[in-house]
Amino acid sequence: MPSRQRLWPIHVILAVGAAAMVAPFLWQLITSLQTTGETTSVPPHFLPSWQWSNYSQVFHDTKFAQQFMNSVSQTVIRVLAQVLFCSMAAYAFARLRFPGRNALFLLMLAVLMVPSQVYLLPQYQLVQNMGLLNTLAGVVLPGLFSAFGTFMLRQFFMSLPDEVEEAARLDGAGTFRIFWSVMLPLAKPGLISMGVLTVLWSWNDLLWPLVVVNDDSKMPLTVGLSTLQGEHLTEYPLLMAGSLLASLPMILVFLAAQRRITEGIALTGTK
Amino acid sequence: MSATESSPVAAGRAAPGPRPGPERGPGSPGTRPVAGRRPRFSKAHMKEWAWGYAMIAPLFVGLFLFYLWPIVQSAYFSFTSWGAFGGQQWVGFQNYSSFLSDPQLPRAAWNTVKYALIILAGIPVSIVFAALMNQVSGKYASLYRVLYFLPVVSMPAAVAMVWRWLYNGDYGLINYLLSLIGIHGPHWVSDDRYTIWAMGLVGIWSSLGYNMIIFAAGLKNIPRQYYEASSLDGAGRVRQFFSITLPLLSPSIFFVSVLSVIGGLQMFDMVLMMLGKTNPALAGSKTIAYLFYEDAFVTGNQGLAAAIAVVLTLVLLALTAIQFRLQKRWVHYA
Repeated sequence: MPSRQRLWPIHVILAVGAAAMVAPFLWQLITSLQTTGETTSVPPHFLPSWQWSNYSQVFHDTKFAQQFMNSVSQTVIRVLAQVLFCSMAAYAFARLRFPGRNALFLLMLAVLMVPSQVYLLPQYQLVQNMGLLNTLAGVVLPGLFSAFGTFMLRQFFMSLPDEVEEAARLDGAGTFRIFWSVMLPLAKPGLISMGVLTVLWSWNDLLWPLVVVNDDSKMPLTVGLSTLQGEHLTEYPLLMAGSLLASLPMILVFLAAQRRITEGIALTGTK
Repeated sequence: MSATESSPVAAGRAAPGPRPGPERGPGSPGTRPVAGRRPRFSKAHMKEWAWGYAMIAPLFVGLFLFYLWPIVQSAYFSFTSWGAFGGQQWVGFQNYSSFLSDPQLPRAAWNTVKYALIILAGIPVSIVFAALMNQVSGKYASLYRVLYFLPVVSMPAAVAMVWRWLYNGDYGLINYLLSLIGIHGPHWVSDDRYTIWAMGLVGIWSSLGYNMIIFAAGLKNIPRQYYEASSLDGAGRVRQFFSITLPLLSPSIFFVSVLSVIGGLQMFDMVLMMLGKTNPALAGSKTIAYLFYEDAFVTGNQGLAAAIAVVLTLVLLALTAIQFRLQKRWVHYA
């Protein structure tokens, strides 16, 4: 660790970088409290006139509360399903032996290799044929299953020691019992990391809900924002208030689960 | 694999016989001696198979329906044309040839490549910032980590709206700041000479924190002794960065580069959210993934869209393969 004197240039550079990271959010907040007239003044007003009514206007002009709940339900359902399905499959891939295991695992990796454009259109047709366009079920369905989550949890299960599992087996516990009561609790940090990453992804997901939902009471916030922008193209105070409200939950989730998120990402990066 | 083959010693699970207990040494991590000792088709073995299939079944039903089969379907669709009344017709390579002769293609391909290159150019920046963050003490480092990571967790649709406002040609904050130093800023998001640069900068801004986390994890794995030994030999910090940090960080750099190329070449949402459908600069700012979106969901030219998806996949696979080939020359695995 270099001495204190030599650290200050480093802090200066890091602080400048941090300011560049945060400044857009501050400007978003300031603009969200201005009148539309203030936004078109040169030089800009750095102190807003505290138009809190912009926020209530977001709720008034759009189905924000409804869309917020849609985003919440979409995210909760996807996370629960992914944690369940991915952890089961990940445990099987990590700890059980069965013929074709490696081939199936490679097949799953193939899903990770292809870009989403490849499956988007057939997914859409499938959901359409099931009559699920404009429904919550249609929005969440493909996202209940994740090759990425399974891959990540498999890495985690493989890093756990064998001993506890063997002890449970000697005590006569069956495979599912071992998975459920022994391995899942041990894998809790991995499950939380994966769950939080899923929350982030699901909350911010735009393209899929954009194509399957066009009823504004069924859409999540991401799509809601794009319609808000379409209707109020230059009313920046309103747009900034809406986009800030839409981003805020994930910023709070991140602040609360900071370590889990960064650990989860580090886990995928180092394999 | 008939059940008759189950040998007499079916008691793999119950037998207290010669199986390694928990005291088993650390010599055999990764292998599962318990399963290994069992005769091939014992009852216990079959049970393990059954559980294996049962536990992957829910995931694989979903993967098959929503991912694996659709991949096959897309490949098929790319050779067909949708009739006005439903019904598909085999058209051979017609979709591919109309994609390749699309007058929009050269510009879109160049935009896509340009965007990906800008994103790649952001990697050295994130390495430098991660290395600097590695130098400061834990308390400050975690504060910086939070601040740099904020853009990563923010909703991309919201981020695009904020930047559209920052980039505004007449009233945007960026052009105001530029005017303070005497520069007359352009219309960043409505002039197609600047749109890709504008989106690329936002791409770097929103992935910097993510890349830094991966690099930070890589930096932690570099033994401190290397730095101590080299400073005894008189190496300065810059020299250490190039001779120790960079080579030992190369696996992380490789990982981030592969992800950046894959992500960069699929960029679509910023064109939609930051430029918008009515933007005069849209025509000159489309990316390949945006062409796909238009053909698939706006103009309803699904066969053509499928062809674009297939071409994009092949290009991505080829580029990833090339990167894996080239990594032998510059990636050092400790």
